[in-house]
Amino acid sequence: MKASARYLISTAFGLSLTLGVTAGAGAQVLFWSNQAAPIEETQAMREQVLAGFDGQVDFQTQEPGPFLTRLDAELEAGSGAIGVVGALHGELSNYTESWMDLSGLDLGVTVGPALLELGRLGTDELKYLPWMQASYVMAANVQALEYLPEGYDLDALTYDQLVEWMEILATETGSPKFGFPAGPQGLKHRFFQGFLLPSYAGSTVTKFRSAEAVAGWEMFRELWQHTNPASTNYGFMQEPLLSGDVWVAFDHVARLGDAFNQRPDDFLAFPAPAGPMGRGFMPVLAGIAIPQGAPNPEESQALAIYMMQPETQVATLRATNFFPTIDIDLPDDLPNSAQALGAAITTMTGSDDALPALLPIGLGDLGGQFNQVYVDAFERIILANQDIAQVLDDQANALRDVIDRAGAPCWAPDAPSEGPCPIE
Amino acid sequence: MTNKALPYLLLTPAILFLLVFFLYPFVQIAVLAFAGPEGFTLSHFQRMTSHWKFGTALANTLILTAIIVPVQLALALSMASIVTRLKTGRSTILYIFAIPLGLSDLAAGIIWLAIFEQSGFLNSLLVGLGLVERPVLFLGYQNIGWIFAAVIIAEIWRATAIMMVILVSGMGIIPKEYYEAAEVFGASRWQRFRKVTLPMLRPSLQTALILRTIAAFEVFAVVVALGGTTLPVLMGETYQWQFSLRDRSVAASYALVILAISIAATLVFLRLLRVPKEAKI
Amino acid sequence: MSSAPVAANIEDRPRPVGDAGRAGQFVFVAAIILLCAWILVPLYLLFVNTLSSPAEVTGFPKSGLPSFSMGSVQFFLSFSGVGQALWNSLLVAVLTMVFSILLGAPAGYALSRFEFPGKEIFRLLVVMTRAFPLPLLALPLAVMFIRTGLDDTALGLALVHTVLALPFAVLITFSLFAGIPVELEEAAWTLGCNRLQAFIKVILPLVLPGIVASAVFAFTISWNEVFAASVLTIENRTLTAFLVQNLNVSPLHLKFAGGTALVLPALIFIFAVRKYLFAMWGIANR
Repeated sequence: MKASARYLISTAFGLSLTLGVTAGAGAQVLFWSNQAAPIEETQAMREQVLAGFDGQVDFQTQEPGPFLTRLDAELEAGSGAIGVVGALHGELSNYTESWMDLSGLDLGVTVGPALLELGRLGTDELKYLPWMQASYVMAANVQALEYLPEGYDLDALTYDQLVEWMEILATETGSPKFGFPAGPQGLKHRFFQGFLLPSYAGSTVTKFRSAEAVAGWEMFRELWQHTNPASTNYGFMQEPLLSGDVWVAFDHVARLGDAFNQRPDDFLAFPAPAGPMGRGFMPVLAGIAIPQGAPNPEESQALAIYMMQPETQVATLRATNFFPTIDIDLPDDLPNSAQALGAAITTMTGSDDALPALLPIGLGDLGGQFNQVYVDAFERIILANQDIAQVLDDQANALRDVIDRAGAPCWAPDAPSEGPCPIE
Repeated sequence: MTNKALPYLLLTPAILFLLVFFLYPFVQIAVLAFAGPEGFTLSHFQRMTSHWKFGTALANTLILTAIIVPVQLALALSMASIVTRLKTGRSTILYIFAIPLGLSDLAAGIIWLAIFEQSGFLNSLLVGLGLVERPVLFLGYQNIGWIFAAVIIAEIWRATAIMMVILVSGMGIIPKEYYEAAEVFGASRWQRFRKVTLPMLRPSLQTALILRTIAAFEVFAVVVALGGTTLPVLMGETYQWQFSLRDRSVAASYALVILAISIAATLVFLRLLRVPKEAKI
Repeated sequence: MSSAPVAANIEDRPRPVGDAGRAGQFVFVAAIILLCAWILVPLYLLFVNTLSSPAEVTGFPKSGLPSFSMGSVQFFLSFSGVGQALWNSLLVAVLTMVFSILLGAPAGYALSRFEFPGKEIFRLLVVMTRAFPLPLLALPLAVMFIRTGLDDTALGLALVHTVLALPFAVLITFSLFAGIPVELEEAAWTLGCNRLQAFIKVILPLVLPGIVASAVFAFTISWNEVFAASVLTIENRTLTAFLVQNLNVSPLHLKFAGGTALVLPALIFIFAVRKYLFAMWGIANR
């Protein structure tokens, strides 16, 4: 038995060595992404976006667990297979030290300076290329419009008007029809950070527990009365919209697209509502980074440049409903989802009371714990029905702890600060 | 080959294997749970226990296990008895009973979500039969009882087969003479089951219970599919700390909690269903 | 596959001969039908959704009958590399099966037949393997594999899957050996067999169905494992890592088609080996 064990182990290593050599031989670039993860989008990325690259790409999308585990392992081992990483701003900032400086790349296109600033991740180097952007909007089934009170303008809706509309909808149809992505895959934290708190308190961090913030949460608690309770299971609002379980919803544009493409005439998109301080909204920014230990850096850089070219960016929009980060004119024949949702974003960002909230900057690997503060506040206030002021006091301590540990100064809409962003 | 050395020789391959592929990585993680900037610390455990979800997650995991495992045991015993009693069509029925063996928890979550969701099959049936006027919301966050029930049903559906297969194999090696002897003494079917099958089945029962209980403590995919974040469980919190909150030390602490209750449960079953030395019967 | 014909099949079967009365018979048959329906109906619904159009999958109320719309199925069949991934999955699963039995069965036998110091420690070690969450182990294992060259090989993944399957192999074989009276072996020794011969001629035939069962289980553990497969294979992806890793975030109709893609091969495999689950029944019934 002992002999057989030894035999097994030696064969194991012998075999692995031969296999390892053959695996390393190909010049294929591994594109490791947690964006475009829905399986149809992955396929579209492979067939429509990356097929035009002059070289071989293996586009792999992963759920957060395997995505991070593989990345962590390669960075710890100092070598690996990943050539290019595609992820959100907050996720890329977890590994600021590990990315190659991309500021020397000749992209041949113009990227907005604000986006490039985010791509520096608070350093002097360009840590990632701003790859694609999006935001969150509202979507409604056209049936719901019949219940919209007279004189309310969808493009200039306030949160109070939304609550009123949803109340009418719930009473008239007999069940709550608002939907909110509060499931495990849902992007609820961004709503609180970038929409609710900016609209009510004009702040994400500083006024976290102000009276204005309490008013915002009170409004949301009321809205929740008219929200489909299955919302705690929703990740992508396109599904309950299509099934009719929900008639009006808030979500990331990429997670609404399917509804608009399957039944273009049944749905319309409109901006997120406004609060007393304005129409708070948050962008979504995904970037492309190259690990310092990438097996074939030249090929990786060539792929990164390819992803920024105008044709690629438009193809990416078609595949994922994420919009280009470079200055270009979009073609007229975009899919219905891109047209409808893009128009809603434009209306939102161009509105008189627009109040842009930036993505968190300088949190490093504490981004997840930062999000958790807002999610915990939501679960305690809305789901567990605890006292709002009390919860916000508790969570403010957790928030201060995260901000202090990261040493992160304020970002918009909070006023710039010396040192860690204070919480009043 | 002496009898003293033989057991160790038989264990050597498995031990060597586990040393390299389990114990080595395991120690690396276990160390994380206790390591702080200044050496040994319990701060990660404090962080874990002071989080408001820890108690709920622990309680939910234990309650789910306490309900699921006994029901599965009863069901698996009935299924195994049925299969061994069958004279014809036995392999077809066994195959059908064994089907869930091949199902992942991912697939099980997808299947039962299709049944329980608001516009799912169960509601289609209830509305179709006129039992309810409008679809019932089974999986809403206020209906934690329903979510519990849905998770329990799905887990019982998914994971009973493994217990059944173990018990069927165990029943297969019980010598027929015991039953014949029992019959001679006029024992009823139920008496034979209690006096012959159950005692003889002890090793298989023990194995089935240990394996199933440990797996139940790690319940996760089905819970997430059906309950979202409404029903926190230990494994879900481990994931949360490892991948969302990026605190591997607290995640390791959670994993050690799962390990500890698993070992405790195993020791209980080992004691409760002690297999007589060298299986002398 | 539909539940109705299967249920009818069962009724056609000759009633089992027993000493229970007519009522007992009825209860017995009814229980079988109920249990079969309990297992088959949810599966049937999965197949219905797989064979429905996207609109039907999200629609309400549902008819419960498939419309044989093949869109979702075709989407998966159109993936390039499905065949290769299927082969990788099979390879990894078979290796896992072989490893876990080769390592597990001797250990199970030792646990059942000997009292020795350290026995309880070994049992706990085996149980720990199963009780510790794999997603945490995956990181140090991946680092180790990248450094040793085991990364991205079927062998490497099979070794990890063996960690998952080994406790089953050890404990199931233990319970089988423990269920066989040691006198049986002793009788063989007195008839002139040595320990190995007695094992092969007397014990092995008795436990073979159980060993097959635990091998089948090792196979399905490996087949269904997604996490380690996603982390540890890049070019040699398994079917699960290749197709279904992102089902959770995919549109409903594809979720169901993906679920079917995951379930179907496993069903076929269990079907193929089903008779081995009972192969030695005649001997066991001596």
